[in-house]
Amino acid sequence: MPVYLDHAATTPLLPAARSAYIDALSLVGNPSSIHSQGQQAKRMLEEAREAIAESVGAEPVEVILTSGGTESINLGAKGLWWARQGPGVQRPVVLMPGGEHHATVDAVEWLARHEGAQVVELPVDSVGRLDPAVLRSALELHGASVALVTLIWANNEVGTVQPVASLVAVAAEFGVPVHVDAVAAYGYLPIDFHAVGAAALSVSAHKIGGPVGVGALVLARRSTVEPLIHGGNQQRVRSGTQDAAGAAAFAAAARGVTREFSDGPSAFVASLAALRDRLVAGVRSAVPEAVLRGDDPAADGGRGRLPGNAHFTFPGCEGDSLLFLLDMAGFSVSTGSACQAGVPEVSHVLTAMGVPDDEARGALRFTLGHGTTAEEIDALVAALPAAYSSARRAGFAAREVGR
Amino acid sequence: MSGGVDSAVAAARAVEAGHEVVGVHLALSRMPGTLRTGSRGCCTIEDSMDAQRAANKIGIPYYVWDFSERFKADVVDDFIAEYSAGRTPNPCMRCNERIKFAALLEKALDLGFDAVCTGHYATIETDAQGNRELHRAAAWAKDQSYVLGVLTAEQIAHSLFPLGATPSKAEVRAEAAARGFSVAGKPDSHDICFIPDGDTSGWLAERVGTATGEILDREGAVVGSHEGAHAFTVGQRRGLKLGMPAPDGKPRFVLEVRPKENTVVVGPKEALDIAEIAGSRFTWAGLAPEHPDLDFDCQVQIRAHADPVDAVARVRADAEGAPELVITPTTPLNGVAPGQTAVVYVGTRVLGQCTIDRTVSAVPVAV
Repeated sequence: MPVYLDHAATTPLLPAARSAYIDALSLVGNPSSIHSQGQQAKRMLEEAREAIAESVGAEPVEVILTSGGTESINLGAKGLWWARQGPGVQRPVVLMPGGEHHATVDAVEWLARHEGAQVVELPVDSVGRLDPAVLRSALELHGASVALVTLIWANNEVGTVQPVASLVAVAAEFGVPVHVDAVAAYGYLPIDFHAVGAAALSVSAHKIGGPVGVGALVLARRSTVEPLIHGGNQQRVRSGTQDAAGAAAFAAAARGVTREFSDGPSAFVASLAALRDRLVAGVRSAVPEAVLRGDDPAADGGRGRLPGNAHFTFPGCEGDSLLFLLDMAGFSVSTGSACQAGVPEVSHVLTAMGVPDDEARGALRFTLGHGTTAEEIDALVAALPAAYSSARRAGFAAREVGR
Repeated sequence: MSGGVDSAVAAARAVEAGHEVVGVHLALSRMPGTLRTGSRGCCTIEDSMDAQRAANKIGIPYYVWDFSERFKADVVDDFIAEYSAGRTPNPCMRCNERIKFAALLEKALDLGFDAVCTGHYATIETDAQGNRELHRAAAWAKDQSYVLGVLTAEQIAHSLFPLGATPSKAEVRAEAAARGFSVAGKPDSHDICFIPDGDTSGWLAERVGTATGEILDREGAVVGSHEGAHAFTVGQRRGLKLGMPAPDGKPRFVLEVRPKENTVVVGPKEALDIAEIAGSRFTWAGLAPEHPDLDFDCQVQIRAHADPVDAVARVRADAEGAPELVITPTTPLNGVAPGQTAVVYVGTRVLGQCTIDRTVSAVPVAV
């Protein structure tokens, strides 16, 4: 079996989620139907919603189930933007830090192209973190024309954790709602929606061991968004037959998240962080040229970085070549950047952090999760020097060759 | 693996021959189209997915390697520069020379592979001393040895062409269908992949711009005007829009393109006859002739689908003393443009090639 070190892309389905899913799939009944079988499905759905709400510190009525993280983010960002416009009221500005996930970037750029939104990208520091003072000056500058702030809780590529509570508090002083993309943070950091005070927050089931195709937008009671999908009004701001089975499987994974963070420091997080530190130390000793990107895992008790994330740039080679060689050697890793039809692009996250293109091209992301072992980390570290040496020889595909 | 039928079958045959095969699709454009349109273009997302589905069927890993920057610099920009200089380039040969059997091969060797295997129709034979030679395909109609003429001995040593011995394309399609490849009936690609609508002169005009210039006859008299010399190719007859017929009433053809003066020279068909061609950018596809500076018998082919013509060739010093390959066809060649590639054969074997720098007309201008 290949060693799976790409948990940020998707993490294996947990046994509890798998059995909840399979059990639920054999039941018939639309949660919106009035008969008893419909009511049974509804009961399963609402119990699931309660469990999901608890895992993020929200009320069940605040949980809007969606098809996944991308839909949630689109509903949160676009929906809030539209909800903030009105007769005689124009608030075109979206404030967004650099290096957001493409679901956010593409959604707000769409708003700019089609709806006249004005996207203001806020500069982040060299680890990808937004300083609350930067947000404050942007809010002071743009004042009443700001519709919303949207920001990622923890970066999916480099693992940097934003000071979300402070950022939301600054926005609150200006009366501006905040949408938080918590897709990468969920399951790896404690998330308390009410304590943070955001207007909306997006999560996805398959990042915590639930199935692909289910997610949630957590939408505060006091907030509203303009729906994107119209139909039978099955949920507050989202139409479409509700996926009771998907919700049940999501909930099974969410209960694990609740347990993990309900009682002091999480053992799962501590073990992941220890494995991650082992990986970082191993990579540094195997390939001393490698540069760790994102926050220092040793700083501030490791609170500034996702526990399962290690992201490096390897000088003088393409991340793609390394990925290929490690794949052939039995390790599944990622370059971390967006891919369209497999055409690699320099990561916009690294660009936002000020990393030059030629360094950014050597990016490789290792993400750990349920089931990762120390033996797997050691095997990866052992395989790395040979892969790096070949990838470095292959260079940037820009050499004078062949004759 | 382009996403076409030939590379899919080539990959399957390589696997069955016992090789350890990895499918690689070349990303040659930063902005790939979503869907294929007709038979033009070869780098859409749909093509990439077709290639991946074929790799899945064969059961081999599949990756996309990005050579878009190299392709732009070495093929697309070169194409524009050659046309701007009044020459007629062959971008597919440039792609073989600079990308498929250079950048790709080099990267593959560095990553631990031994060879690049493609769906080209050509064969490789080994002589008694173990030297590898490039030869025509068994199926003359599909033979692609011409576009591989730019390969050097070292490149041929790391190339595999599993389709070369196949009698016909129909057989390859039938094999693809029998293997369950979704691309078995996919149309052949033709034309220039980076000009999706096939309008080469329109594409060039957008990049080079238009400028009114004169059309002259061989004696220098102005016989018409045009909107940019880059739109013309030696041997071209259509699109000259000459109002006045020639004195002899016969059609006129483009004889020469002079980009510096933005001038096009036209004349009768006979004036297209070329008695000699020469180029300083030449290579040998395997062992060089023992005495390249002495006349040797060969055949010369100047286009992908032209018939080969008997010729005598030799390497000699040009006006500046640099070596150039000089080819003298026994009967004149018609419509040869500088920038084209002359591939030299001995029987079925590809001996080498040159990019044509200059031509000598068989019919001198009457003074």
